[in-house]
Amino acid sequence: MTTYLITGASLLGSRSADLLLADGHLGDPADAPPDAVRIDASGLVALPGLVDLHTHLREPGREDAETIESGSRAAARGGFTAVHAMANTEPVADTAGVVEQVWHLGQTAGYCDVRPVGAVTAGLAGQRLAELGAMADSAARVRVFSDDGVCVSDAVLMRRALEYVKAFDGVVAQHAQEPRLTEDAQMNEGTMSGVLGMQGWPAVAEEAIIARDCLLAGHVGSRLHICHVSTAGSVELIRWAKSKGWNVTAEVTPHHLLLTDELVASYDPIYKVNPPLRTADDVEALRAGLADGTLDCVATDHAPHPTEDKECEWAAAAMGMLGLETALSVFQTTMVDTGRLTWGEVADRMSVRPARIGRISDQGQALETGSPANVVLVDPAATRAVEPADSASLSRNTPFRGMELPGAVVATFLHGRATVLDGKLQ
Amino acid sequence: MKSHLLSTADLTKSDALRVLDTAAELRSLADRPIKKLPTLRGRTVVNLFFEDSTRTRISFEAAAKRLSADVINFSAKGSSVSKGESLKDTALTLEAMGADAVVIRHGSSGAPHRLASSGWVRSSVINAGDGTHEHPTQALLDAFTMRRHLGDLDGRRVAIVGDVLHSRVARSNALLLSTLGAEVTLVAPPTLLPVGVSSWPVATSYDLDSALEKTDVVMMLRVQRERMNAAFFPSAREYSRRYGLDDRRFARLPDHAIVMHPGPMNRGMEIAANVADSHRSVIVEQVTNGVAVRMAVLYLLLSGADTTEHAAGEPTA
Repeated sequence: MTTYLITGASLLGSRSADLLLADGHLGDPADAPPDAVRIDASGLVALPGLVDLHTHLREPGREDAETIESGSRAAARGGFTAVHAMANTEPVADTAGVVEQVWHLGQTAGYCDVRPVGAVTAGLAGQRLAELGAMADSAARVRVFSDDGVCVSDAVLMRRALEYVKAFDGVVAQHAQEPRLTEDAQMNEGTMSGVLGMQGWPAVAEEAIIARDCLLAGHVGSRLHICHVSTAGSVELIRWAKSKGWNVTAEVTPHHLLLTDELVASYDPIYKVNPPLRTADDVEALRAGLADGTLDCVATDHAPHPTEDKECEWAAAAMGMLGLETALSVFQTTMVDTGRLTWGEVADRMSVRPARIGRISDQGQALETGSPANVVLVDPAATRAVEPADSASLSRNTPFRGMELPGAVVATFLHGRATVLDGKLQ
Repeated sequence: MKSHLLSTADLTKSDALRVLDTAAELRSLADRPIKKLPTLRGRTVVNLFFEDSTRTRISFEAAAKRLSADVINFSAKGSSVSKGESLKDTALTLEAMGADAVVIRHGSSGAPHRLASSGWVRSSVINAGDGTHEHPTQALLDAFTMRRHLGDLDGRRVAIVGDVLHSRVARSNALLLSTLGAEVTLVAPPTLLPVGVSSWPVATSYDLDSALEKTDVVMMLRVQRERMNAAFFPSAREYSRRYGLDDRRFARLPDHAIVMHPGPMNRGMEIAANVADSHRSVIVEQVTNGVAVRMAVLYLLLSGADTTEHAAGEPTA
């Protein structure tokens, strides 16, 4: 295994130091062997490898949109060393067999740790619990359970799931969307939906479920995670639940930190996503929530779709956006360059906290001797125009196309091995 | 004029007046024995209808034929669309056949925008009704009809009554009539007004009776009975009592006021049969005017586009 000596990196954007990556761990740079490959990292920021709590890799079932290999290559290019693969595949990841397959395919690809998310209910049907214990005990060691794409709307089923996962320290990640309030919904309900003549998707549909589930989590003393928070009201509710001392965590996507429902006026389905893009006021509340820690982390909700599912009229189009390769840049432009968070807090929101929520012990660790060698080097001074054709994903549905975004991932190391060097996949 | 007609929001006051004035000239054709003009000879207009709408399609067809254009009717029923062909492939097919204008009716809001902005077709796109978004030529023919009866619309009061939430006619009219200086009031139960309507250039009311006495125009919208099952209102009878234009309410209208309806009507639901058939009702005339207005739109979009005189003299943005 190659040994790397990274010199002059700015650790978490503050002090300059060298890093030795040997045998999968960080060692003392003073012990660097003479044949170590030296990487000059002056001007670069070193962070622990990023961890995504919310990724759609589409395999098994929709290998035309993404595979575990192509998605994890995109993840590595985005600086990620671990991703959580959502359960809404075909077949659904609701048995030990499917989650083990996903886990093995991730290992074989070798670009990042692929942690399968198990479905909460069999077939995502919302009728009965999937075999959560079997998935937890499997080789994939599932700790995050979600019906993402569908809300666990039955209050009793949600309560039971929250209680049941306590046995193996699991967490239920809720896709908060009250189904009756969002039948045929196309976009955020507000001024724009009225003008555009689109069926509205009210904020209350998200907030009502979050309020209910926070109360349930508090009642039964379980871990609850809220997926892709998108409204100002949701941030307030989560802030309140945390103030109660309840074990509630939450994520926000890059696109909800940057884009608003004004973009829907183009009727271009590249902007169609679930939950929908909201208003500028919501964007501001999400940024404030991420800054003060109410929102624990940024998760991409990377959702690849083939061209034909976006190259059509709005109502017929699929919901979702790519995110892995642009997440760090969007974080930088919205939170770091605006002075709201430091690079140290980037590490906290994109690595430390998501690893802790997902209970991944060898990710999100401090950059110190003995830690697993999961490291990303970022050039914060770089800028680039997002070009969909450059993506490592099989799909092209990025809403950031053509935008000038700051920051570039120069290198990514997974357990001491380079997955990206000089910005190129290895 | 722009090269497409997608929304009445895109029309300036002078754009709109130009359409209406052109339509007035073309309207006089309807009273002549030979109704045809050679203006669009050799041009092809495709009626691309993904939703059934015999009335609108026939109106566009008559308009195009009176201008001597070739007309191709493409209806989704029984076509490749029902076999799963995408909007894109349908558009590419029409483009390959040399369509100069595509008149599109689609159930999905924004489908005409997609067609016009995607680069799939070079032809002019005319929105003939998209989902619950807009129906610009309906609003133009409504404005045309109002002008014939009331003259200049500046300061005129128009009440639009009924299912505003789902009505493309209401959206297009609210925008166009405001541009033309009219004072529009949308009257509906709160469940049938869109969230965000307060940002529209209109007034709103939940009370039909209070809006009637001062109005110059009352435009009744079609209410689909299936809305009842979705709890927008308790029953057809209650809706009719609170928001229907019945004989009693009709009697309270000012003498000069006109009654409009985009059709098809639910007689006895949103409008009483006597009212629909009264001398103040201009509902049948709306249909006649529809042909003239659609002729004007086709004429301005198609003959303007390749006339250097026009191209030089008119902003085309």
